[in-house]
Amino acid sequence: MIDILNALALLANFVIVPALAYGSQLALGALGVTMIYAVLRFSNFAHGETMSFGAMISVLATWGLQEAGITIGSLPTALLALPISIIATVCVCLLFDRLVYRYYRTQKAAPVTYLIISVGVLFVLSGVIRFIIGPKDQIFADGQRFILKARAFKEMTGLDQGLAIKTTQGVTVVTAVVIVALLFWFLNRTRTGKSMRAYSDNEELALLSGINPARVVMITWIITGALAAIAGTLYGLDKGYKPFTYLGLVLPIFSAAIVGGVGNPVGAIFGGFVIAFSEMLLTFAYKRVIAYLTPGDWVPDGLMQLLATDYKLAVSFVILVIVLLIKPTGMFSGKTL
Amino acid sequence: MTERWRNSLLFAGMAALLVAVGVFQSSNLALAILNLCLISAIMTLGVNIQWGYAGLFNAGVMGFTALGGLAAVIISVPPVTEAWTAGGVRAVSGLCLGVLAIALGILTWKKLALNKTARGWASALIVVIGVVVMRWVIDPAVEAIEAVEPAKTGFLGGFGLPIMFAWMAGGALAALAAWAIGKISLGLRSDYLAIATLGISEIIIYILKNEDWLARGVKNVNGLSRPVPYEIELQSTLWVQSLASRIDINLIELSSIIVKLCYAGLFVVVLALIYWLSERALRSPWGRMMRAIRDNEIAAGAMGKNVTSRHLQVFILGSAVIGIAGAMLTTLDGIFTPSTYQPLRFTFLVWVMVIVGGSGNNLGSILGGFVIWFFWIEAEPLGLGLISFLTSSMAEDSPIRIHLLQNAAYTRYITMGAVLLLVLRFSPRGLIPERNR
Amino acid sequence: MFGGYGAADILQDCTIAIDKGEVVVVVGPNGAGKSTAMKALFGMLNLRKGSVFFNGEEITSMLPQERVRLGMGFVPQNSNVFTSMTVEENLEMGAFIRRDDYSESIAQVFRLFPALEEKRSQPAGELSGGQRQQVAVGRALMTNPDVLMLDEPTAGVSPIVMDELFDRILEVAKTGIAVIMVEQNARQALEIADRGYVLVQGQNRYSDTGAALLADQNVRKAFLGG
Repeated sequence: MIDILNALALLANFVIVPALAYGSQLALGALGVTMIYAVLRFSNFAHGETMSFGAMISVLATWGLQEAGITIGSLPTALLALPISIIATVCVCLLFDRLVYRYYRTQKAAPVTYLIISVGVLFVLSGVIRFIIGPKDQIFADGQRFILKARAFKEMTGLDQGLAIKTTQGVTVVTAVVIVALLFWFLNRTRTGKSMRAYSDNEELALLSGINPARVVMITWIITGALAAIAGTLYGLDKGYKPFTYLGLVLPIFSAAIVGGVGNPVGAIFGGFVIAFSEMLLTFAYKRVIAYLTPGDWVPDGLMQLLATDYKLAVSFVILVIVLLIKPTGMFSGKTL
Repeated sequence: MTERWRNSLLFAGMAALLVAVGVFQSSNLALAILNLCLISAIMTLGVNIQWGYAGLFNAGVMGFTALGGLAAVIISVPPVTEAWTAGGVRAVSGLCLGVLAIALGILTWKKLALNKTARGWASALIVVIGVVVMRWVIDPAVEAIEAVEPAKTGFLGGFGLPIMFAWMAGGALAALAAWAIGKISLGLRSDYLAIATLGISEIIIYILKNEDWLARGVKNVNGLSRPVPYEIELQSTLWVQSLASRIDINLIELSSIIVKLCYAGLFVVVLALIYWLSERALRSPWGRMMRAIRDNEIAAGAMGKNVTSRHLQVFILGSAVIGIAGAMLTTLDGIFTPSTYQPLRFTFLVWVMVIVGGSGNNLGSILGGFVIWFFWIEAEPLGLGLISFLTSSMAEDSPIRIHLLQNAAYTRYITMGAVLLLVLRFSPRGLIPERNR
Repeated sequence: MFGGYGAADILQDCTIAIDKGEVVVVVGPNGAGKSTAMKALFGMLNLRKGSVFFNGEEITSMLPQERVRLGMGFVPQNSNVFTSMTVEENLEMGAFIRRDDYSESIAQVFRLFPALEEKRSQPAGELSGGQRQQVAVGRALMTNPDVLMLDEPTAGVSPIVMDELFDRILEVAKTGIAVIMVEQNARQALEIADRGYVLVQGQNRYSDTGAALLADQNVRKAFLGG
């Protein structure tokens, strides 16, 4: 019995808790991508850099707050910086929409044109970010590091295996839950939110119902900008802020959105967790878990790892390909191809 | 006639820029830029074949370039016999097993006479078992190989053939990968094709970085053989020495210039060949059909043209060209460094070249390759100069000024992005637009 | 009106007029320009020549969204409901431009189409064809229009449902709303019409009361199957 508990604790510590945190971050990122796709009908490759921008502003604001001596005790100061970051990111998104994307809506451009344009935006944003903050890693998490320390857990339960929960992980999951709840309340219970769903469902009919397209677009960018800022900041808090990594996040985020059904918010969340858990489960070394679960003292020879840790990205991509080939509309039937 | 004049002017302008660099900065630098311009031009040609002929957005240029470089390594490096005896055969057979497992899985998915879920589980099971078996076969082999002098080799080595074969091999390897990738992703919408190709190229780079037994991973393979003489050899030949004293140039510098000129010559030949072939293809009935499909896919499909297989052809051809460029790049560098393959530098920069040059036009692609690469390189000193000027009013040691100067290099990302956006908005057909025939 | 989708005009001096509480039906052979005329009235395509008046005001250059606010409701032939949204949400979207309490309007729609009340929380995409048409009409009614324009409301619908739909349309007209209908099922449509226009090749060929058109020998032979 105690062996099973130990195995569970091991899994929880190295797979379940990190996957929950990472899944929340991916879900928030995928939500942003999926909203742009649902309303503006294109894949925004620049979303990763938008997240990076949001994280950067959080970092800078956090430094400012820390210098001024403002903190919140055990929680990371970055949470105070978050509203500033949201406002800044939203402004940047609206600016790019006004300067760049809006013209192409009047031209009724093809989706692939928007994609290329988002590559241009990606370039500009990544240049701006690196210019302002430089390419090096920045750590800006502060406050209490752990909500639950491994040692404390061992003492509480008497197990051999510890379970640690970092504050950033807890913050990530809680924030994600709150934000998602807010978003769903907005989309399903408010007039504006419903008008956005209507616009995404049937653009012409929405126009005929008197829904103002410019307003819908603006609100979409506001929501996406906010989501990007939050997701980027949470990711940066959890893993340290490294500007280069955000470009690499584009792939798992799009995988999450597509797996869940692109254009469908529920799908984005579901996809985020599917990708996160798959990545962790398929690259985890099960050696000790198997040792716990098998009777006696037998310990398996190798690491019992299906794929090397470095192949995490490959996992999300393979899942994406499988979904695209078998059920392109995703698990929750988003917009079709 | 005006079109010819215009194009000639544009190319002459480009040449003038290069000469200016040679005069104001250094001839070596100008030639170095020229060589990379030539390679970029070939890469752009490859991407243009996919985009201009068929409207396919390939976001995985980086991967195909890397495969070209890998081919250069595999072809030209001599085999490490010790590694081969230690586990070469076992490693290769393990790899074949893995491929077999995947193929079997796909076959099961297509042919097994059961309902969808049962088939899905069956294929998945076969693939998973296959991967497990492959790991069981290959892991000890890989360990053994990598244990053979890890500082110097630690990998299988190659075939030890002359490096020129590497360029063709680069194209072939890239074409093979393109066939596999195309088969999977070409039925998809343009956005999804972009995401799929982006993902695959990232995985290729991952594999190259991590599978040390293949190409030493991040330890890099250096000292690759080359088709032109070495600078040191040249420095000891008589005619070079006498030339150096006659034109009054430093001997070392002259040898470097001669080497670069040799490369440039080779590259120009390859570029001319590929350009000529592309133009022939474009004007042929095949080319016309491709453009008809691109312009109205539904109508073409209704007329009985197999759109997907045509797209596959184009995808393979374009990728092969990119692979050749990749092999040439690695030869020029003399080192195979997987970590230099970054999506921004390769995939997206090449896209800027295609768009600015003129999508759908081969000559435009060449020009785009030259222009954008030139400005990408020159933007660094120019950016530095600009920032220095802008911050000149600040104190010498002000942290902000130092920080900004340090990061001045990144302004070229902003410039490139702005160039792409401006061209797309105000001159979407590029410098040399597609010719309507 | 003179106008069309491209270089060639489909509408050649076509005129359609309606008064409050009337039911006007526009019929004609395929390609006669019936739907085109409807779209032109609503502002969904540009008129090369001619004008549209509403309550005496010229609205020729007004966008469709603005015409909705004026009091024109439009039910397109295809894609006329929000398939992913529930019936009730569809009606709410219909009332989007209204700032007042529209619960009475929703109640009215449910009185008109009782079957919809049961299904108020079902996504509109899951309903049968006839019920979807009801949702479509209901959505347009929620805008509190003075004029309701329907583009082939009974297309692809079974005969019984068609009869029911026409009954409902009559009820709508009784509340004072003017109803313009483009219809393929000419005979049944003309039976409930106060007035009818027969369009052929973009022009008014016959214009008269519904009954008169039904009785007219030429119209019967050409379009009503004798």
